[in-house]
Formats: sequence, structure tokens, C-alpha cells
Amino acid sequence: MSDQANALALGGAFVDDAAARASFLAVQRRLLWRKRLLPLAAILALLLVWWQSIEIFGIRPFIAPSPVAVGHVLFARFDMLMANLLPTAIEAVLGFLLGNFAGIAIATAFVYSRTMEEAFFPIAVMVNTIPVVAKAPILVLLLGNGMSPKIAIAALVCFFPTLVNMTRGLRDVSTEQIELMHILSATPREVFLKLRVFNALPYLFAALKIAASTAVIGAIVGEWIGSTTGIGALIISATYNFDSPLLYATIVVGSTFAALFFGVITLVERRILKWHVTRQP
Amino acid sequence: MTMESAVMAASLATPAQRVEGVPKGADAGGASGRGTEEAIAFNDVTVRFTTERGTVTALENIAFSIQRGSFLSLLGPSGCGKSTLLRVIADLIQPSAGSATVLGTRPQVARQSRQIGFVFQDAALLPWRTAQQNVELPLEIGGGSAPRGPRSPAELLELVGLGGWQHAYPHELSGGMRQRVAIARALVSGPKLLLMDEPFGALDEITRDRLNEELLQIWASTGTTIVFVTHSIYEAAFMAQEVLLLAARPGRVRELVPVVLPTPRKVALRETPEFVALAAHLRHLLESC
Repeated sequence: MSDQANALALGGAFVDDAAARASFLAVQRRLLWRKRLLPLAAILALLLVWWQSIEIFGIRPFIAPSPVAVGHVLFARFDMLMANLLPTAIEAVLGFLLGNFAGIAIATAFVYSRTMEEAFFPIAVMVNTIPVVAKAPILVLLLGNGMSPKIAIAALVCFFPTLVNMTRGLRDVSTEQIELMHILSATPREVFLKLRVFNALPYLFAALKIAASTAVIGAIVGEWIGSTTGIGALIISATYNFDSPLLYATIVVGSTFAALFFGVITLVERRILKWHVTRQP
Repeated sequence: MTMESAVMAASLATPAQRVEGVPKGADAGGASGRGTEEAIAFNDVTVRFTTERGTVTALENIAFSIQRGSFLSLLGPSGCGKSTLLRVIADLIQPSAGSATVLGTRPQVARQSRQIGFVFQDAALLPWRTAQQNVELPLEIGGGSAPRGPRSPAELLELVGLGGWQHAYPHELSGGMRQRVAIARALVSGPKLLLMDEPFGALDEITRDRLNEELLQIWASTGTTIVFVTHSIYEAAFMAQEVLLLAARPGRVRELVPVVLPTPRKVALRETPEFVALAAHLRHLLESC
């Protein structure tokens, strides 16, 4: 993609040199594989150190399980783990959608009404300072024991970064761009749809990427109180039962899901922000 | 910040005015086309800005007028209010006293009838739009009622030497190319008045020379009135039929200098004795500003 951009910028300044091009591409391929393989190698090395330390120092399984035991649980109880991931995933995704939608809507209101911002932003800051573990019982009391309090918690943790970033993105348009729209006699609606929304997209995606992982954490913390299913409930019960292989396996499942969620948002960002992503090599 | 919010407030105030303003403006523009030959007339325009450190007079009693189809350079030291003057014409800033007439009517009406094109110093392209999409922007504003010039966006890109670059994003273009896109965008509505705020100020000299020549060709082929702000004596003299020299603090008219040089102009003109004499005269005037 950046290759294409360079070709475009340099216009006709290229000469055909097949050998040089082939070796350039070979270097590029090597760098790409290096980027993929290095983290993989590091993970394998860490697992190996972990496994060997357990063996050598004779650490008992309920204090820290060996990776082999964790792998065994992941494999043998896969169906049970997935059955518990499902509610957590639903809560996280719904909370993500709800929280970000609210953040975007309120940011839009803030940009068009200083009064709204001055009145409500301090309240948003206050709510954001309440620890997630304290929000959880409050919302369970308010919303009962179903999925709704977990969705609400996930939404609340997504809401604030999106609100702050989106407000900034909608507002940070250059003076000249605003002057341009004014000279074109654009309506406020046109200024919003043609200028501010697009300007805010890079800021929004920065927030969405944070929100993707925090929404999962929010849902999990929500499940700590009075839940019988979900990754959060599983973490609590595995802890009380000293079933540390299950605890670790549960964490692996939850983290993998959060990472996948983050990856999906990154892919969407790359598609939508082509004009922005290609700017930074 | 205050500047932006002022502009924002102004742009927020437009919808109601536009509904009633556009037909009136188009009317006034049409009538003035027959009635008067003046593209711009300033009648003792004064602009003051109030800041926390006090009031600044950016322009004081500016009075001048230029004919339709002419090319005026605005030249002066920094802080002389060149950009402010241009923004009064474009209805981005309202005079504190005095009045400005643009295309035979009030600046606001001229702006609302979409007869003004503006080229900014740093192109001000929208980075998420390709070159062609940037040129098309003015056609999308105002729904179906947006005026269309005689040339299509593709033809205009061709005219500014960017045929084949329609699908490039701004970050893939050089500074000179971005500025060409901005010129094509300003021309797409077929404006009667083109305002340019140091459009080539950030470019290297070779590119600037080439764009100067090309802009003169565009001026000749479109017949639009151009007001061109620059701080380069050579650029001001080379481009214009008249140079309006401004003095600084407060910004006021120093002199309106006619440029009697043959057209069409090529860069080689700058080496002729006539040009050198004119440039020396302008420099002398500038030094006494």
C-alpha cells in the first residue's frame, strides 16, 4: 500500500530494474516474517521458562499450574469455556456498541452546545472516577441479575474515552477548513457531515481500540457479583476452588477474545481510514 | 480559538439567511453584472479586533476599487492586514466601520450566491478526499442549487496539470500539487472573483515560478477577477495589473501602483529593465511603509 503511494508521488522517476526490485521485495518479505515470528518465538520461550520453573522448583499446581495443565484444561473443557465466553462476549459487544453510541451522541451535543458541555462534562468526569469494582454492585442493585448490569458496566467504561476523543476530533478542524465551508455558505449540517465527522474518525478509532479491550474487562468485572455463567463467574469459582489450571485457562480465553475484538476494530480502521493510516508508514 | 469560534458562530448563523439570501444574491449579482463594472469597492473600511490585551486596528480607512476581470496584487510587510482585507472581501470578517462592495453587492450576498473562490496558503484540502473529490466539494455543498462552472472537475484538474492524479489522496501529492488542487477547487463553481491568500508562499522558487505562469494563463482563459496576496515584491509585480501596497500598524493603503508590462507574461520578463525598475520602485515604497 505504501509502495503504491511512493510510486505515485515519484511519478515517472522509476527505471525498470528487475534484479534490484526482486531483492528489495525479498528484504521486505524477510522483515515481514521477522515481525510475525519474533513475538511467536518470545511467547514460546516464555512458556518454556514457565513450564521448566514449575518442574524444577516443584511448585504445587494450586499456586501456579504448569502450561501443560492449562493447555489440557483448554482442550478438555473447551465446550464449557466457550459456553461461558458467549454471555461475556455478548455483554462486551453490546456494551461497546451502547457506550460508544452514547459517547458519540453526547460529543456531538457538546460540540454544538457549550452550555451542555460546561454543565455535563464534570459529571462525566466524576462518573469516570468511580472504580469499575464499585460501579458493578451499584448497577447490579439497580438493574438486577441478568445481562443488563454487565452491559451497562461495559458501556460505562467505553463511554468516557470515546466522549473525550470524539469531542476533540469534532472540534479540532483547522480554521482554514472552517473558513472554506463558510465561503461555500455550507449549512451547519453540511459542516458536520462533510468536515467534522471525517475529521473525528482518527480520534474515534483511537478511542474504539481502547474501548474494545476495556469493554471485555467491564463485562468480566460485572460478572463477579452474583453471576453463575460467564468468564467473570468462572474466574471467581475457579479461584474459590483453588482450580488454578481452570483459572489460567479462563484468563487465556477472555484475553484471546479481547485481542480478537481489538484486531477486528483495527481491521475496520485500516479499511475506513485508508487516507490516514497510509500517512504513517 | 476565539477566531475559530467567531467563524463557527458565523457559519452556524447561515442556514436561515441562506434560504432567503441565495435567490436575492443571485439576483443582485445578475443585476450588478450589467449595472457596474467594479468587482470590488472599499469605502473607508476599518477593521478592529478586541482581544484581552486591548483593541488592535488591523485595517484603517481602506478605500480602493478594482475593475471586473482585473488582477490585483496585495503587497505589504507582515502585519499590514493583507489577509484581513482579503477576508473582508470574502465575508469572513465584517468591517467595524465603512462598507465594502463585492460584485456590486454586499460581501455576504456575494458569498451566498457562491461567486467567490478562495485559495488558502496551505491548500486546506480535506485529507480523506481524493484530488477529484476535493475539487467536487463545492458542488456538493448547498444540495442541487450549487452553481457549476463551465469546466468539470476532471477538466479543471487537467487545466492545473494534474490529469491522471484524480484518485491520489492529498498526502500522496507534493505541496505544489496540493495547491493546484486547491486552485481547481476554487474554480469549480465558475466564480467571478478568485481570492488567493499567499497561495504559493510555502513552495520552492521553481515551482512557484511555474505556478505563477500557469495562474496567469488560467486568469486569461477564465476571465475571472483575481485578488492575490503575497509578500514577494517580484511575485506581486509579475502577476498583477495593479499592486495595492499596504502599510502596517495600522493597515492602510500606501499606494495603488499600476503595472504597465506586456502580456502574456513569462518568467523571463523579470530580467527586463522595465520589470527591474518597477520592482525597485515597489521596494522603495515598501521600505518607507
